[in-house]
Amino acid sequence: MYSNGYIFRYAAIMVIIAAALLSTAAMLLKPFQERNVAIDKMGGILASAHIPDVTASNSIKLFNEFVTEEIVLDQNGEVVESYTEANKENAKAFSLDMKAELYKKSQGKPFELPLYVINKNGQSLYVIPVRGVGLWGPIWGNIALSSDLNTIVGVTFDHKGETPGLGAEISTAAFEDQFIGKTIFDNQGQFTSIMVIKGGIGKLPEDKRIHGVDAISGGTITSNGVNDMLKDVLETYLPYLQKHR
Amino acid sequence: MSTEIREREALFSSKNIKLLKNPLSLSNPITVQVLGICSALAVTAKLEPAIVMAISVTLVTAVSNVVISFLRNGIPPRIRIIVQLVVVATLVIVVDQILKAFVYDVSKQLSVFVGLIITNCIIMGRLEAFAMANKPWPSFLDGIGNGLGYGLILIIIAFFRELLGSGSIYGFHLIPESFYELGYKNNGLMILPPMALIVVGVIIWVQRYYTRDLIEKN
Repeated sequence: MYSNGYIFRYAAIMVIIAAALLSTAAMLLKPFQERNVAIDKMGGILASAHIPDVTASNSIKLFNEFVTEEIVLDQNGEVVESYTEANKENAKAFSLDMKAELYKKSQGKPFELPLYVINKNGQSLYVIPVRGVGLWGPIWGNIALSSDLNTIVGVTFDHKGETPGLGAEISTAAFEDQFIGKTIFDNQGQFTSIMVIKGGIGKLPEDKRIHGVDAISGGTITSNGVNDMLKDVLETYLPYLQKHR
Repeated sequence: MSTEIREREALFSSKNIKLLKNPLSLSNPITVQVLGICSALAVTAKLEPAIVMAISVTLVTAVSNVVISFLRNGIPPRIRIIVQLVVVATLVIVVDQILKAFVYDVSKQLSVFVGLIITNCIIMGRLEAFAMANKPWPSFLDGIGNGLGYGLILIIIAFFRELLGSGSIYGFHLIPESFYELGYKNNGLMILPPMALIVVGVIIWVQRYYTRDLIEKN
């Protein structure tokens, strides 16, 4: 029979060894993981503008090629910095963390926002990164607007751990492609955002359908999360968008 | 006397080979013991995640079997399940971190299922049933065998699901365009988890047809 003292000592030593192993692994692998996250971020920005054949291996090259300008905006929509040099990764806009900036906004502190300009077939597309919360964790994505800063050219969404088959469907083409051609301002120039409608956009009056997409059945909370994320983040960019439309 | 004989036992004696081979067919964790079905349904829509999952589970089963086998005489029985869980969880987190560092795309596709290796019944089952009572080397073989037995079925399911559901194998398109023009369509049902269960059922059927010993007598 083992004494209680032995059991406690055994458990304590085991936990310390496991913790040491895990923290070593995490520290050693962190640079590789951060690199992957940066490459994934570039891939997302490019994919929202429908740049063809983006893979993990050519993301950096395509990012440098297609992104012409990386802009940092302040809370009044004024351009603080415009980066156009060759190595697009080093721009301040690229290093801005949306989570931290949106948190500063919620605290009433000054914040800065990134905006990417992509030149695709001679046309300028404006990519806005978005970030919000789903059911289980953060959701994020990119919205590419055409040069009128109103019509959506494409979107990408991603998530940390939404339910596979339900909420996780926000990152599939079937959901994302609904956004193409939708507009975020109505005819009077009022900001409408894009509404994610439970039960389908058929519920909306016909003239509002251009500002809405279908929610995901069984993924209501994630869909609402997308709805709120779009409204909150696009509203934050509103001063810039209205000035340049 | 008896210990001497055991020490001289060859590394790949027929008994040890059995440990490696049986889980592939006669005591396959999925088709005979029907364990680990949840992840088998979830990650088999495409071959690539299925293969990565198979390798990850094999690694985790083998290494955790060895670790627990080394510790088996010192583990206080009252907390043995907790000790097993800590070992498995540590290994799974390391595997998850490695996937995130080197095959980020696959790690994103597998998402929560890597973490769920911890709850895979096969691993806990082998630790309790085998590693707690056997030496490290047989335990290692047993872990590899069971991991491969699980992986083999995963890969067979993924092969059919990807071929019929997406018309490709390992991401390469196999079904020629002319088939689609003649009206052939990818079977969308194959992408959904329920079809994986049906494929598992078909595999069990075929296996029992050829291996009559597995059929229950009554």
